Order: sequence, then C-alpha cells, then structure tokens
Amino acid sequence: MSFEVDIAKRLGEVEIAVSFLSEAGVTALFGPSGSGKTSILNMIAGLLTPDRGRIAVGGETLFGEGVNLPPEARHAGYVFQDGRLFPHLKVRANLLYGAVRGDGGVTFDEVVDLLGLAALLARWPRTLSGGEAQRVAIGRALLSNPRFLLLDEPLASLDRMRADEIMSMIERVRDALRLPILFVSHNREEVDRLAGQMVPILR
Amino acid sequence: MTLSPDDWEVIRLSLKVAIVGVLLTLPIAFGLAYALARGRFPGRILLDAVVHLPLVLPPVVTGWILLILFGRTGPIGGWLDRAFGVTLMFRWTGAALAAAVMALPLMVRAMRLSIEAVDLRLEGAARSLGAGPWRTFRTVTLPLSLPGVWAGLVLGFARSLGEFGATISFVSNIPGQTRTLPIAIYTALQVPGEESAVVRLAVVSVVLSLGALIASEWLVRRQGGRAHVL
Repeated sequence: MSFEVDIAKRLGEVEIAVSFLSEAGVTALFGPSGSGKTSILNMIAGLLTPDRGRIAVGGETLFGEGVNLPPEARHAGYVFQDGRLFPHLKVRANLLYGAVRGDGGVTFDEVVDLLGLAALLARWPRTLSGGEAQRVAIGRALLSNPRFLLLDEPLASLDRMRADEIMSMIERVRDALRLPILFVSHNREEVDRLAGQMVPILR
Repeated sequence: MTLSPDDWEVIRLSLKVAIVGVLLTLPIAFGLAYALARGRFPGRILLDAVVHLPLVLPPVVTGWILLILFGRTGPIGGWLDRAFGVTLMFRWTGAALAAAVMALPLMVRAMRLSIEAVDLRLEGAARSLGAGPWRTFRTVTLPLSLPGVWAGLVLGFARSLGEFGATISFVSNIPGQTRTLPIAIYTALQVPGEESAVVRLAVVSVVLSLGALIASEWLVRRQGGRAHVL
C-alpha cells in the first residue's frame, strides 16, 4: 500500500475532499485546473494542514490519529509546478540543498546525467528557461533522499522532446528506485502513459 | 583642505559612536523586524508604534526620555550604576545609545520590508527538502532578506552620524566624549571665525555618508543579487 489518503479541507468557498488508496507505483491526480490538486499535494507534503482526515504513505502515518509530522520529517520529494528554485543559490547548490539527509540510492552524478544538467551547474536560476528550471527541480527532489515523490504538473513547462525524456526518466525512477509517485496532471496522455492508477478530481 | 587634530578627534569619535550604536541595534532591529513581519501576536500594533516613536517624536524629547531613564538616578541608569558601576551620562557610550535609539525605526523598517518580500513558498520548498525551521531561516529567509539588512545598516549608520537633538539633550556637548560631527559643526557655528572648521567637517560628513551608500551597493552587487540597497 503506498498512498492512503482521506482528507478534507475548506479553503475559502471551496471544499476540497479526496479519498483514495493506491497500490500502484505511479498514481495520477487527474482533473481540471482549479480543482484543488495542488492543495492536495501540499497537504500530503505537510505545507498545508487538512481540517480532518488521515494521510499515510508506505504504511507510515504522516497526518491523522493525533499525528501531524512537519514537512521536513515527511521525506517527500516535492517537485513544484513553478520549480521554486532558491534564487540566491546556483544550480549546483540548489541540487544539493536536500542532499544533506543522504542520497536515496541515486548519486549526484547519476542525477546530473539523467536530467542533462551538467551544463547548468554553475548558473543562477534566473538565467534558466522554464524547462531547465523544471529539470533542476526534479533533480533537487530526487537528491533529497525522498521516500515518495510528489510531482505537480512536472511536464507542463517542457517542450515535447524533453517531456518525453522526463517521462522515461520518471518511469526509470519508478522501476529502479521503487519510489511511490503521486503526480498531478491535466493531460490525459501523460496519465495513460505513466500512471498505474488514476484518481479523478472533480471541481 | 587639511584636517586639524581636533577635527580628527571628532571624526574618530563620530565613527565610533555610529558604528557601535548601529552594531548594537542590528540584532535587536532584525528581531523586531522579523516579529513585526511574520508574527501574529496581541500587542503587535502597540509594539510597531513604540518602535517608530523615535522617528516621530522631536529628538530633543527622545533625548530627555533617555535622560530620565538612563540618568544616574533613573530606573535603568541607577541600576546600571549600582550593579556594574556603569554610567552613560556625558560619555561616548551614552551618545552611542542615543544614536542606536534614533536609528532603530529606520533599521526596522528597511529590514521588515525585505523580510516581507521573501516568498513563503520558498521556505515551504526548503522544509519539504528536509530543512527544519532554523536551517530554513538561516539558508533561505536570512540570505534573501540581506539587501534589507544592508539598507538598514546604511540608513542607521547615516542617521547615527547625523544625530544631534537626542544626543545633545541626553549627554550634552563634551569634547572627546559626546561632541560628534553635527554637534562640533554647531559649536563651530557659534564661534566667530570658525567658518573654515564648519566647511571641513561638513565636507567630511558628505564623504562619510556617500561612502557608506556606495560601499553597501557594492556589497549587494557582489553577492550576485539584482537588488538595490535603497
């Protein structure tokens, strides 16, 4: 059992409620924009507190039953939609930011190779294109020794060729590292290719 | 233009007073700025108002309040005297305290603005990457608010260098102890035939203030930031 999620949260006028169990390596949250998919990822990562419910990953309770682990104790590899790189750190330092808690079976060189980051290491985030920043963000999450991955529209800012490459990379991570992956998408094609299970999110 | 030994004494004293005053205020100002930017506690508005008081009060009144509090028989001054044998009256340390109090609101304002400008979502990213609150503060919040810290230091330094009213009413005009640049200029203005001293010290004031501005711009640029101090 990788993800066990049953949570509800009211944000202003919107009530977000979602409940799913997933056995599969890759689970997709699929739905239109504005349906609260990102808020669900934030709640699983610990950046937003649900009003009620329970979140467990790989059998470990992260939230609920009197437990509310802080984000740093959840070991989520969270790839944000906007990359969210630290603007005051160069790419190399961004990649290594979470690596202090040990690498999770992938080395720095492997990640750099896998994502084609070698030429970017000495650059400032503000000089990167959207796709480049996204690849760095994925690398940073992989190097933080995560127990599971949360990907928020990981392919949205990539061109077709890079998107294909990143998709194969996600497949490799899924198969090689056996990390449970939860990803958010509004693209049916991505969902069909990557996900073992789909959770529709309705507005 | 040649500076006399008296001029040099005034400059050394002014720099000492301004630097000590600003460095003492720095951690306090940053703590207050952080609390005002992020904190949600009862009394926040009152704290905000008290911090800004030296900015809106006539400086002479601020100096008089310091005199009441820190004078040898005042509640804080009396305690300092009894407990440590320390007195601030008519000493350069008193001038540094007056400078610190007058610089505080400007420093808090500059730092608070840049702390408020730090993207909270970046702190969330740091937390999800395994950084606890303290490491997040040290590696994300603090470096991203550094331009405001530099701006605060420069503004505070310039304010301290120019401090007149609170200083003269708190610790008077004692050569070598409390006669800082503005007070020395004022003193020279009172004496016929001292116009050249006024000119010399005024030029020094301009050079020092300009130097502080340029140095801090340079420091911020060197960090690779695009930000400006002012």
